Amino acid sequence: MNAIAQAEPSATVAGSAPATPIVRTRGIHKVYGGTVHALKDINLEFKRGELTSLLGPSGCGKTTLLKIIAGLLEPTEGEVEVNGKPVTGPGPERAFVFQDFALMPWATVLRNAAFGLELQGVNRSEREERARHYVNEVGLSGFEDKYPHELSGGMRQRVGLARALAVDADVLLMDEPFSAVDEQTRRKFQEDLIHLRERENKTFILVTHSIEEAVYLSDRIVLLSPRPGRVGQVIDPEIERKGDPDAIRRAPEYLDLTDEIWRGLREYVE
Amino acid sequence: MTKTDTVPSAIAGGVTGGAMTRFAQMPVFWRLLSLALFFGAWELAGQSNFNAAFPTFTETFAAFVEMVLDGSMGAAYLRTIEPLIVGLAFSLGVGVAAGVAMGLRRDVEFLTLPIFITMQAAPMAALIPLITFVYGVGLASKVLAVVFLAMPVITINSYKAVRNVPGSLLDMTRSFMGSRWQQITRIILPAASPMMFAGIRLGVAEGFSGVVLAELLITPTGIGDLITYHRSVANFGHMYATIVSIVAFAVIAVSLLYHLETKLFRPEKRGQ
Repeated sequence: MNAIAQAEPSATVAGSAPATPIVRTRGIHKVYGGTVHALKDINLEFKRGELTSLLGPSGCGKTTLLKIIAGLLEPTEGEVEVNGKPVTGPGPERAFVFQDFALMPWATVLRNAAFGLELQGVNRSEREERARHYVNEVGLSGFEDKYPHELSGGMRQRVGLARALAVDADVLLMDEPFSAVDEQTRRKFQEDLIHLRERENKTFILVTHSIEEAVYLSDRIVLLSPRPGRVGQVIDPEIERKGDPDAIRRAPEYLDLTDEIWRGLREYVE
Repeated sequence: MTKTDTVPSAIAGGVTGGAMTRFAQMPVFWRLLSLALFFGAWELAGQSNFNAAFPTFTETFAAFVEMVLDGSMGAAYLRTIEPLIVGLAFSLGVGVAAGVAMGLRRDVEFLTLPIFITMQAAPMAALIPLITFVYGVGLASKVLAVVFLAMPVITINSYKAVRNVPGSLLDMTRSFMGSRWQQITRIILPAASPMMFAGIRLGVAEGFSGVVLAELLITPTGIGDLITYHRSVANFGHMYATIVSIVAFAVIAVSLLYHLETKLFRPEKRGQ
């Protein structure tokens, strides 16, 4: 993939230029209430079409950074650029997937999945058609008319994902999307995310506290150190994800890297 | 301070709401049986003659039928319902609007909240003579009595309900570029509706107390007059029939509200 892209740096076919950064942060500082220094001097580039994980122990500001990129929080200093334009708030090129799913309990799966489009004023038949497509895409066809309380945690997060996909944003920002679902569901979800990436040409930024998850899914891992959150290390795992998703968990590269990251992070825990 | 003041009322509303749903879900047989047991116990207690002023259930029921047939019950309700409806309509309109505004805006909260907290805490029966002194013995005083009792709980619950909307739902509308108006109408109001309606149910129940209190304390009209009159001539069957009828009327009104809420805002609860 990389080799091809480097050979044709000026390729214009959609998504075939993975080397250009789509999101860039410049000197981000975030101070809460004048005293808590949550983030300090974050300079990062997120490449188009890649999945980047923000990994770190709790309290390292990874969710804060994601919300700043989303435009939901303002940085105390510094700026975020998306497609070369500075971010002043949420935008149509970014969609957010919430840790607690943020579904409307009074709305069906279909309306929840279509809600981003509803807010944009897309007419009913069109938005429902698009939502139906993505509900199917995340594996929930047949559940369109169910309400969130009738679904399991994993299925609810799939609705959150379908909603984010339906607005057709370039960048999907996922805030610990699998942390509220059980281990088996989480594994299945991770595998499905790998398959989804093969179909949908999106850039993913994923916040996680799970080393295994980050190594399993990411093209790039950004390690954040806690209090104040700073970029500790940037790692590009060289793991082949084309074949059997289970094989990744047995690959020596996967196991070695998880181990290496754990050794690096260990000092922050305790 | 304000939190600890208002949370119990909200919880009470939630519990009555839950109890009501459970009651509504019970098979008809059990509901009838529970009523039959209650009326049976009443009949036995009445027949035991433990108190001369306590009629049996059959006496009370006969008195009720008599009052319905001679029109005195209907006439009394027509009188009572006027200040009740005017007062509740005002309390709902102003109360919900003020509560939502306080929930949405800090400045409105700072200005208005103390008034409602005082209203909620003040013992209203003590204020009724004062109201009468200022507004006389007419409709205005009775409407005010209803409003004073009904509005604070409606307002404070609406305000708390708006404040309790999950932050992630608000972030969600913002992240999908929803306007403030869309956020209010499509997220905040439906998300706040269960707690808001719990407050409305409590407020309507308070409004019934308000109107009866006004009719007992200000001038005897309507239901209050029926109760006072039959007590004074020792028609205890008629007195009990009036009291039970107003209680039943209040319960039915509050239950209807609960069904209205589920219909309007919470489709996911319909099938439960």
